[in-house]
Amino acid sequence: MVAMVEPTGPRPRPLTPARIGLYAFLFISALFFLVPLYVMIVTSLKTMPEIRLGNLLALPSAPSIEAWVKAWSSACTGLTCNGISVGFFNSVKILVPSVIVSIAVGSLTGYALSFWRVPVAGILFGALMTVAFVPYQIFIYPLVRIFASAGISNSLPAIVIIHTIFGLPTMTLLFRNYFASLPIELFKAARVDGAGFFRIFWSVMLPMATPMLIVAVILQVTGIWNDFILGLVFAGRENLPMTVQLNNIVNSTQGERTYNVDMAATLLTALVPLVVYFASGRWFVRGIAAGAVKG
Amino acid sequence: MLAIRPRLASRLAAWVALSPALAVLVVVYIGCTTWTIWISMTASRMLPSSNFVGLRQYEALFANERWTVSVSNLVIFGTMFMIASLALGFLLAVAIDQRVRAENLLRSIFLYPFSMSFVVTGLVWQWVLNPTFGIERIGKNLGFADFKFDWIVRQDMVIYCLVFAAVWHAAGLVMAIMLAGLRGIDEDIWKAARVDGLPTWRVYVSIVVPMMGASFATASVLMATSVVRLYDLSVAMTNGGPGIASEVPAKFVMDHLFERQNIGLATAAATSMLITVAAVVGPFLYWQSRRRAAAGAH
Repeated sequence: MVAMVEPTGPRPRPLTPARIGLYAFLFISALFFLVPLYVMIVTSLKTMPEIRLGNLLALPSAPSIEAWVKAWSSACTGLTCNGISVGFFNSVKILVPSVIVSIAVGSLTGYALSFWRVPVAGILFGALMTVAFVPYQIFIYPLVRIFASAGISNSLPAIVIIHTIFGLPTMTLLFRNYFASLPIELFKAARVDGAGFFRIFWSVMLPMATPMLIVAVILQVTGIWNDFILGLVFAGRENLPMTVQLNNIVNSTQGERTYNVDMAATLLTALVPLVVYFASGRWFVRGIAAGAVKG
Repeated sequence: MLAIRPRLASRLAAWVALSPALAVLVVVYIGCTTWTIWISMTASRMLPSSNFVGLRQYEALFANERWTVSVSNLVIFGTMFMIASLALGFLLAVAIDQRVRAENLLRSIFLYPFSMSFVVTGLVWQWVLNPTFGIERIGKNLGFADFKFDWIVRQDMVIYCLVFAAVWHAAGLVMAIMLAGLRGIDEDIWKAARVDGLPTWRVYVSIVVPMMGASFATASVLMATSVVRLYDLSVAMTNGGPGIASEVPAKFVMDHLFERQNIGLATAAATSMLITVAAVVGPFLYWQSRRRAAAGAH
């Protein structure tokens, strides 16, 4: 009798032992990926006495946002105790100009390399592709010295320039590949109409590149927000980004560690990229794939 | 003459547009690299000196225990992380590709860690693996009084904790790349295999995997790049400890540049990293340009 009942849902498949094994694998994998997030959330909502009971996976008996308030406004990063909000606003200050400048330079470079015959284009593109693999450590000391002699070391302009430099290979590649996929007739028609270099870029190419602009914004917002090493070296003590402040809050505590505050601060730092990720959906994957397929 | 002028103006504009990238090429890629390599051959300590000493810094570097530990850590980490994340990512992609329910939800769950920073990843796993309140305590609470899981504080095991956290961070990305590769495979191949009566696993091993070379290459390159850059995770999760058991090369360079004030040794370490990357990535880029040239010839 049961066999006659029509199953619901898309593409029904008989539940063979292999299918059960498949779902078991997917379920256990999902747990592996979700447990740390769950632990972060429940820990941040517990009180310290409850955490000391040692039930890592238990739900908080009386959820409290006290740790979140403390993490945001009064947790200590070394000597000062103004919470991670300082780092949040520093990260925003770094993020906005860095995203705009790096995308502007990258899209313009990609455009110039795709439609215009410039003698050094091949060398430049090859160099950009190669450098994407080179560890930052090889550039860091000379860059620190150059910024120092230019009088902009440890400042907001310095970190914006740095994010533009290190974002250049990916941004250029993204836009060059996109522009190269557009029909050349589009470009020729604009030229016949008498449009110049910047006119074609601004009025013809950039409006067509909206999907790539979205991808670039997603990539740069998450990448720059998550940066640690560049912000640590180049932003200066006044502008330390949220990731650096977070590490200071958690790893340089004197005395007993307040794990609930640590986890609340960690979640707060992860919030921006998580929101970008869940809001952007498949665009996120598309961005990484577009930036990853070298050449 | 008049007809040529707009062309000339556009030419000039193209150079103007490329000037930031050209400046980066000359000053950063060429200039800074040369400068770093030069410093590594001088007796520089706190300040750069022009006292040429040949390869003495490199001798000191490879006699330095912290450096050799860092290098061997990176080899262990790199091998295990690449194998584990590629294997797990591929298996997840194959599993998701079996027309399962809630595909979008599962994909979001597998990939979300990748959107977060290594600092966040390191701090979460530091807490979960903490022997006092973490997984070890869960085992004890379940009644196994002797349950031990203290890898993060053990010198011989801590590097595997970094691998664990990094796989958690990156396996979803591998899954996304592999899934795109699987979906790109022609349906006819599956039909033909079914007609021939091949079991599904044989089709995957003998036909599908060999066809997914590009996906494996993309994923491997991405993973390898993040191996060389490994820094934030070590700093946040263990700060190189216990002792020097989870030190990595990038951290060696940063600490010697900014804390230990030994820029000669630091730049020698950075140059060694560059040479290693060039030895690995060089052949790959060469292979890719050959492949592109071959594709263009057809």
